[in-house]
Amino acid sequence: MSVYLLRRLIQAVGVVLAMSLIVFVGVFAIGDPVEILISPDADQMERERAIKALGLDLPLWQQYGIFLGKALQGDLGRSFVFNEPALTLIMQRMPATLELALAATFGAILIGLPLGLYAGLRPNSVGSKAIMAGSILGFSLPTFWVGLMLIMVFAVQLGWLPSTGRGETVTILGTRWSFFTMDGLAHMVMPALNLALFKISLVIRLTRAGVRETMLMDYVKFARAKGLSPFRVTFVHVFKNILIPVVTVTGLEFGSTIAFSVVTESIFAWPGMGKLIIDSINVLDRPVIVAYLMIIVLMFITINLIVDLTYSVLDPRVRLEGK
Amino acid sequence: MTAPTLEVRNLCTHFFTRAGVVRAVDDVSFTVRRGQVLGLVGESGSGKTVTGFSIMGLVDAPGRIVSGSILFQGKDLASLSEEEMRHLRGNRIAMIFQDPMMTLNPVLRIDTQMIETVQAHEKVSDDEARARARDALGMVGIPSPDERLKSYPHQFSGGMRQRVAIAIALLHRPDLIVADEPTTALDVTIQGQILAEVQKLCANTGTAMIWITHDLSVVAGLADDIAVMYAGKVVEYGDVGEVLDTPLHPYTHGLIGSVPSRNKRGEPLRQIPGMTPSLLNLPEGCAFRARCPRAQTDCVQRPELREWLPARFARCHHPHREEAAAA
Ligand SMILES: Nc1ncnc2c1ncn2[C@@H]1O[C@H](COP(=O)(O)OP(=O)(O)O)[C@@H](O)[C@H]1O
Ligand code: SF4
Ligand SMILES: [Mg+2]
Repeated sequence: MSVYLLRRLIQAVGVVLAMSLIVFVGVFAIGDPVEILISPDADQMERERAIKALGLDLPLWQQYGIFLGKALQGDLGRSFVFNEPALTLIMQRMPATLELALAATFGAILIGLPLGLYAGLRPNSVGSKAIMAGSILGFSLPTFWVGLMLIMVFAVQLGWLPSTGRGETVTILGTRWSFFTMDGLAHMVMPALNLALFKISLVIRLTRAGVRETMLMDYVKFARAKGLSPFRVTFVHVFKNILIPVVTVTGLEFGSTIAFSVVTESIFAWPGMGKLIIDSINVLDRPVIVAYLMIIVLMFITINLIVDLTYSVLDPRVRLEGK
Repeated sequence: MTAPTLEVRNLCTHFFTRAGVVRAVDDVSFTVRRGQVLGLVGESGSGKTVTGFSIMGLVDAPGRIVSGSILFQGKDLASLSEEEMRHLRGNRIAMIFQDPMMTLNPVLRIDTQMIETVQAHEKVSDDEARARARDALGMVGIPSPDERLKSYPHQFSGGMRQRVAIAIALLHRPDLIVADEPTTALDVTIQGQILAEVQKLCANTGTAMIWITHDLSVVAGLADDIAVMYAGKVVEYGDVGEVLDTPLHPYTHGLIGSVPSRNKRGEPLRQIPGMTPSLLNLPEGCAFRARCPRAQTDCVQRPELREWLPARFARCHHPHREEAAAA
């Protein structure tokens, strides 16, 4: 177990290093922030002083070295725009994004599992065909378009739901959460649904495929041969088996949900990391971009590890003792 | 005289596939009495498993019992509702499957899978159900059953898993067990042990059993009666000793010829020439015609199962009658 964790840790360090290099070079290639940051009527002297202050006069490899050295001490640089540590900026906005991504993920499971189960158990019914057709739409409609449609219908036409911001929040453990107020929840419904759409379709399809495959297994027939009720066969024998792929995939997808929330947050003016990164890209605020990407990488690595550990809990065959 | 435990009469179970109708079971009849073992023998694909599933009421679409009756203690199972059938399944009639590696749910502990079986048919406490499960494991020779109850299937060998499956089948002391090639996937020594144990259990409890196999040597030592299946039909049926000594049907004759132990030493193993026919579009008349050494022109007429000698049935126009009668 501990050997396994240690190996995973070493792998993680390698991935982070490689990513940091790619990110750094990539962001460097996007454009020169000086043009945007320094007012056009600044004279040559001022320009040079600013460039020096930001460390942009050094060659790339040197800039990278400095970045790496500071990063090891937990300093991912200061925002050019806000003149605040990039990490602080991101951390301030992370709860909003996490909250949205969690709501989307649990929403997707809550909606997707029952629909997928139904579609798998009654594959030829009209309802199942409608569900499957709907899931294709969920896969293929672009997020931004669906977001705009949601706003058009539920905010503009019907006026049922608010379309921007987090609404009222409460502070728990030093961070603000929308989840615990009615107003906050109302603000969360549309963006969470928007973000969940792709995932709902994914869960539906995974569940349906899992049910159809599992129903054919000998152990399901044997469970029926024991005289168990159809309810127990479905919700214990079949369900526990399909939970494995569903949990694995939605877990792994959590990282992409956070990454994808960029689009949703922009549309619904949700003040999370996604909105911050879009704003930062617009003004080429390099330290924030780099810090954001590094945090996303770390998140992916952590999520993968957690999913692996959960997987071993759900599936007794891969318990980690042997590893 | 009380009704036999099971009486299958002219059972037909067909699969309605896109390619056509598969007559997997086509006119199968046999009887099993209390405490008796019927050996159901035939090549792979001859319809043995589908016969077993038909008795259990577990034939799934596109398959369906199209005609015939399955009388269990005089009651026709085909006329029961799904709910009534469910109360018999695992309770009065139990089945053991062929592949022990596939029959236990991989993500549920053994105790879960046994306790749920007890509680499906009897309102008993968890503790009592667990005690029953433990006793059943002990009965089939699983050491330290208390500990083993907490294991998952993958922690058992194939032989042990089949013992667990047998223990599950025995939980409610059923009146009938359908054992579908339960030892085929196991090695020979374990096969022998399990055979001996099951035989003892049945004799002690009066349980009737259908032992499905493609191995004649297993049937010889175990069964009272034998039914030989070919292409979905019973082609020979009778007392196991008589059938194996003097088979009536040319197919049974061929099968016995291909059992190694019955051959003279050094003589090459005799095989039945030809292939098992596809159950889709079976030819008119006797399905064994193309492979039969005794076939004559009238074999294009469909033969019926007929009692050629007292309690000796064969589905053939030209059975090995003289040898059998002489014996
Ligand atoms: N679900 C199914 N759909 C179509 N045909 C089937 C199905 N199940 C079984 N069969 C057919 O029924 C025949 C008998 O199968 P089976 O009873 O499993 O044979 P055995 O147990 O004697 O080896 C086979 O030819 C098989 O193709
Ligand atoms: S009916 Fe004819 S072909 Fe069929 S087994 Fe008998 S002799 Fe052979
Ligand atoms: Mg079979």
